[in-house]
Amino acid sequence: MKPVFVRPQSLTDKPFHFCPGCHHGVIHRLVAEAIDRFGVRERTIAAASVGCSVFLYDYFDIDVVESPHGRAPAVATGIKRTNPDKFVFIYQGDGDLAAIGTAEIIHAANRGENLTVVFVNNTVYGMTGGQMAPTTLLGQPTTTSPYGREFGQDGYPIKMTEMLAQLEGVGFAARVAVDTPARLAQARKAVFRAFETQLEEKGMGFVEILSSCPTNWGMKPLEAVRRIEREMIPYFPLGVYKERKGSDAL
Amino acid sequence: MSESKVTFEKGNVALAKAAVAAGCRYYFGYPITPQSDIPEYLSGVLPRIGGQFVQAESEVASINMLLGAGATGKRAMTSSSSPGISLKQEGISYMAGSEIPAVIVNVQRSGPGLGGIAPSQGDYFQATRGGGHGDYRVIVLAPASVQEMYDLTVLAFELADAYRTPVMVLADAMIGMMKEPLEEWVPQNPEPAKDDWAATGAAGRPGRRIKSLYLGDGELAEHNWKLAQKYERIRREETRVQIELPEGCELAVVAFGSAARIAKSAVDRLNDEGRRVGYVRPITLWPFPEEAIRRVAEQGVPLLTVELNTGQMVEDVRLAVEGRAPVHFAGYPPGYLPSPDDIYDEIVRRLPAGKEAA
Ligand SMILES: Cc1ncc(C[n+]2csc(CCOP(=O)(O)OP(=O)(O)O)c2C)c(N)n1
Repeated sequence: MKPVFVRPQSLTDKPFHFCPGCHHGVIHRLVAEAIDRFGVRERTIAAASVGCSVFLYDYFDIDVVESPHGRAPAVATGIKRTNPDKFVFIYQGDGDLAAIGTAEIIHAANRGENLTVVFVNNTVYGMTGGQMAPTTLLGQPTTTSPYGREFGQDGYPIKMTEMLAQLEGVGFAARVAVDTPARLAQARKAVFRAFETQLEEKGMGFVEILSSCPTNWGMKPLEAVRRIEREMIPYFPLGVYKERKGSDAL
Repeated sequence: MSESKVTFEKGNVALAKAAVAAGCRYYFGYPITPQSDIPEYLSGVLPRIGGQFVQAESEVASINMLLGAGATGKRAMTSSSSPGISLKQEGISYMAGSEIPAVIVNVQRSGPGLGGIAPSQGDYFQATRGGGHGDYRVIVLAPASVQEMYDLTVLAFELADAYRTPVMVLADAMIGMMKEPLEEWVPQNPEPAKDDWAATGAAGRPGRRIKSLYLGDGELAEHNWKLAQKYERIRREETRVQIELPEGCELAVVAFGSAARIAKSAVDRLNDEGRRVGYVRPITLWPFPEEAIRRVAEQGVPLLTVELNTGQMVEDVRLAVEGRAPVHFAGYPPGYLPSPDDIYDEIVRRLPAGKEAA
């Protein structure tokens, strides 16, 4: 019998703990597929972050170093600078990357660290119970913006991919979603490109993935998937924002 | 000490040279007075010997770079001064919890707040109480000379690897900035292999986690007890103290680092004059040499603790003494560096009356 769907080798067989309809599981799988595709499992070291993805090390059969909240880009810098032959990726939520860890991601990007960054934007702080994130959309109610985010009070949702694409140290920057099969295929391609960027030593490869959080959005999984199309994509447009071509290596 | 050479060196540079001699090839830091000689020296040397020097965007970033490097088993270090060390505390707590070896240097300036850049020992509590959150300890080494900036830095790397734990070298602006003769020696202890625990890429084995998070039933208590047992072993085997106790000792001075250095001149002068004054210098501040101090107190010898602050180590001295002998204190908060004469007077004031020099 020819298997049509198998678990990527770099994933363990531990069942995901994620809530029904959460996209972290799908995104974990995409990353594992990329590890397998490029054959880097035996030389990968990941820096996990603090958020719903904190248990990354339970799901990937690779070496993982835990980072304090927001500091994965610095931890990964320490790993990669001392082990340039290793493949190093980080996986961060929007609170982790775009609030407490803003300085670390910007400066790792600006130094052109050869790192692959998977940035999961679900517009809330998932792990701590749905508080407002820097990416929370205007009008979106959260447990700490009960009347909906209002710009006079909370500022605007931050567009990290657009910001980081401006930096010379970034070799690849894209925003993708995983809410439809077609977008999932594009997301896979973007994750693969972010891997290749590191393997080709072209600086930081950055992928922002719009993700659902039905639990903290107070929605059913299907409604949550529709919200990505209806509310998130208009404000966070999908696409490749930066791609350094072969010749202009860093 | 197979090869060695003698130079005239600043304390900070001696420390940086020791790191290189100890096999450290990676440095992560952020500029701050009075320790900038360290990154300035290493930024010149490390890239030429196959290492990496990264000037980070902050002390927060640099401690976490150190965490990443240490987790892969590489000898690496960071240095800073008081306000920067405050920023590093979360990372140090994570490294203690994740059992990551690393060397952190604090060339103390004065606080609280922005304070000033004068020598101070105001960070004793922060250094010896762990500094960050959670139930952990950091080995703290207190150099009192330029030579010790070298010797204790080599030791710091060895202890960090031996116990898989962060080690702090706690110097201050005086020891860091002054110049003295330095004998540079080549450490002989080989760096231990770390491929049995470090994150090196899961080649031919299952993935590893370097982490401090334990959520399973009872796991965290077990982890904390495991750390506690390690700290107990460090207490037993790594406590270091210099003690000079004359026969019939009338009083002993307890001091560390630059305060000890100044106090030593006063103690020597009094002994030359025929008094019998002892000298107790903790070299490890954690583990604190409480047993050695208790033994002095048991002989009924009064103690005078001298510090460049308003009274921190004196609490540990009192805990060690447990009422067996009087414990006096002479403190010098930042802004006035005491002279040997000042400390001479403080000692004489406390010497038992009527037993003047013969
Ligand atoms: C220094 C520090 N501050 C706060 C926290 C609490 N905390 C844990 S996860 C988190 C937010 C996670 O949100 P996000 O990064 O968006 O990831 P998600 O859980 O949504 O995947 C916060 C605030 C912490 N662990 N450490």
